[in-house]
Amino acid sequence: MATYNIKVNGSSRDVNADPDTPILWVLRDKLDLVGTKYGCGIAQCGACTIHLDGKAVRSCSIPISAVGSMEITSIEGLSEKGDHPLQNAWKEHDVPQCGYCQAGQIMQAASLLKTNKKPTDAEIDEAMDGNLCRCGTYNRVKAAIKTAAKIN
Amino acid sequence: MQKDNIFQTNRRSFLKVSGILSGGLVLGFTWGSCTRPEDIIVMPKEWYDINGYLKIGENGLVTIMSPNPEIGQNVKTSMPMIIAEELDCLWKNVIVEQGALNTDVFSRQVAGGSQSLRAGWTSLRTAGATARKMLVNAAAQQWEVDPSTLKTEEGFVVKETGEKLSYGDLAMAASKGEPVKSEDVQLKDPKDFKIIGTETSNVDLENIVTGKPLFGIDTKKEGMAYASVMRPPSFGQKLVSFNDADARSVSGVKDVFQFGDKIAVIADSNWSAMKAKKALKAEWTDEGTLENTEAHDAQLLALLNTKSETPKRKDGDVDKAFAEADEILERIYEAPFLPHNCLEPMNFFAHVTDDKVDLLGPIQTPQWTRGNVAKLLNRPEEQVSVDMTRMGGGFGRRLYGDFAEEAAEISSIAKMPIQLQFTREDDMTAGTYRPASKYKFKAAIKEGKLTGYHLVGAGVNMGNSTREDNFPASAVENYLVESHELKSNITTGAWRAPITNFLAFAEQAFFDELATKIGKDPVEFRLELFERAKNNPVGKLDYDPEKSIGVIKLAAEKSNWGTKIDGVYQGFSAYYSHNTYVAEVANVVLENGNPRVTNVVCAIDCGIVVNPLGAKNQVEGGVVDGIGHAMFGDFSFKNGRANHENFGTYKMIRMSDAPAVEAHFVKNTNDPTGLGEPTLPPAGGALANAFAAAGRERLYKQPFIQQIKIVG
Ligand code: FES
Ligand code: FES
Repeated sequence: MATYNIKVNGSSRDVNADPDTPILWVLRDKLDLVGTKYGCGIAQCGACTIHLDGKAVRSCSIPISAVGSMEITSIEGLSEKGDHPLQNAWKEHDVPQCGYCQAGQIMQAASLLKTNKKPTDAEIDEAMDGNLCRCGTYNRVKAAIKTAAKIN
Repeated sequence: MQKDNIFQTNRRSFLKVSGILSGGLVLGFTWGSCTRPEDIIVMPKEWYDINGYLKIGENGLVTIMSPNPEIGQNVKTSMPMIIAEELDCLWKNVIVEQGALNTDVFSRQVAGGSQSLRAGWTSLRTAGATARKMLVNAAAQQWEVDPSTLKTEEGFVVKETGEKLSYGDLAMAASKGEPVKSEDVQLKDPKDFKIIGTETSNVDLENIVTGKPLFGIDTKKEGMAYASVMRPPSFGQKLVSFNDADARSVSGVKDVFQFGDKIAVIADSNWSAMKAKKALKAEWTDEGTLENTEAHDAQLLALLNTKSETPKRKDGDVDKAFAEADEILERIYEAPFLPHNCLEPMNFFAHVTDDKVDLLGPIQTPQWTRGNVAKLLNRPEEQVSVDMTRMGGGFGRRLYGDFAEEAAEISSIAKMPIQLQFTREDDMTAGTYRPASKYKFKAAIKEGKLTGYHLVGAGVNMGNSTREDNFPASAVENYLVESHELKSNITTGAWRAPITNFLAFAEQAFFDELATKIGKDPVEFRLELFERAKNNPVGKLDYDPEKSIGVIKLAAEKSNWGTKIDGVYQGFSAYYSHNTYVAEVANVVLENGNPRVTNVVCAIDCGIVVNPLGAKNQVEGGVVDGIGHAMFGDFSFKNGRANHENFGTYKMIRMSDAPAVEAHFVKNTNDPTGLGEPTLPPAGGALANAFAAAGRERLYKQPFIQQIKIVG
């Protein structure tokens, strides 16, 4: 066990954890931030997607010891009022079915739109292909991303 | 101001505030289950129970209980919509709460068979209508008029003079009034529906997109520990011994123990429990046969050539039809096992004490699970309570409460509240798989007509692997359906659209080939057969040919079937399952000579569409799921062990593989039928038939990816 001081959603948090504990489980079990989901644990489904210094990463595959001073943003911290353009677009398109993959989808899309304001269909596919949706909401995810990016 | 601070809230702080309130009032919200579509909720000071389905606050806010488990089929929105419709209130004033298992109030609390709406339709409407009548009666008493002179409108009871009383003002009196009997209420005429038929957002939408606790995996309870379980690596093995020294040295581990042929690790976090499980050293021995897919294949093929003494259905004389045929077409279709792979791996919370068993989690069958847990722990059922969380997918896997039973057993041994969590590897290797199956179709053709039809099905632990009364039953003079079962120690179970998830592909691919052989357009060929079933059915008729004809024509029209567009190839498929009629057309293009499915046009007859927004989502999901598993779902066993254990090697459909989906509903006012499953079965057939139209070889075996290169 070691103590880590990490920055999560704009605040500084102290956590006791084994160095190999993935950020996913630190968020979920130690900080009660359960919006970030577990789906595979091996960086293959995207359910656990968060931002590290603004970039989408798979939190299941990055140990707490590697975080250092990097800023963690989870779905709970994406916007203050749940009104990030992507969250609004998700609501407009009524994207979710079961909803389990959706936090990961939104975080992945948010990272995409940060670096690519007007992605093409192919660029959206490429950015989002690591995020599984077992319910098959892909068409709505894509439509919502386009709405948020104001692409017709 | 103090009052406002407590009572005025928004969704983000809702859970906390409802927690504050739940002490003194009737509130009793279940944790994490409460949502509504508006930004600001002014909470009432008092809730009045009208009946088990709903309560009304003095300010007119209505809480509606959603009785059935929510697995993503959107019943938590559509079922309360039906109640609100008959209650005659505004949807924006409704809060939805997930009901717990309560057999006294609710009927059929099951998510399965696409039956929630169909089975619940009348009881939900009646629940709303009786509540409405109680409010009307309360107003009549207050105004001292005959209740039959009053009407309701958007949450108000209205007098002939136009004078109004709000439901909120009447709630207290109504809750104390005589209960109204179901036979004393008149249900609305569907043409007067105001909520049913409108595009309504998922009631959990806000909580989902902001990451609020909603799912079983999100459960946190006082004093709770996490459990991870090691199970035999192969079906047919049992535990001999284990060494837990390394596992116990993992920090956070509280206990390790054997139960049955499994080993439980209890720890203070999921990570510790999972890590410690990996550090266990166990020795297993073979108890039964360690089975192989190769052997299953040979056995199933042999069964396809075996005569059944008890055919499922027999009309006319197929032998004679084949003897007299001009031509015969015979084909075999093969399907592998499939894991469900709900994105939320199985999990459950259990707290077993001397006098009580509390269960909470994602389960499609709460009542059945309560019974099984009671039996397992040798407790009376009354001691066992089951609360349901939203589920990260069901697909049939959560019909089986094995994980809830494991959680209960572990909690009873560990003597503490336990959250059992499967890893993805546990989930994929300890499944209740879609059974592997094979079908042999044989058709007799005489003078350009289908005169004989013989289907033999064989599946692993599948019981009856056919749907003998489905089309083309009643449309063919000589008809024989037989089924065989191969017993296996691999656990199998229902998987979204059981049996038909593959049978429909096989049948519809066969029909396409048959139409080509006869020289008819695939749509025309089907229509002719349905006309026959409609006008002059052979034997028992168990489906409505008129509805099949309706969706086939609608799909053909909307897809411009038969209009040639350069470089676009179409495949047709139609199937009836779970009381809903569906026809689909897949459009395929070639990219560097390899097929790519671009979009699927889907026509559906599911009666009244309660919530078109959610309904379209179901249609899209069912088609994408059907196409995904037909193309990629590859699962087999070697020496009793699954060949995949995680998504690193097991391929599922992803965004770039998914076609666009168009949904077209037949408009009618028939009672609604379900949508969670019926659009899946025809999808694989539409796809394979489009590939054939594009000049690719016919596909007889899933997953298609093993046979041809597909552009995803
Ligand atoms: S849980 Fe991290 S990618 Fe699947
Ligand atoms: S909505 Fe269910 S996994 Fe995406």
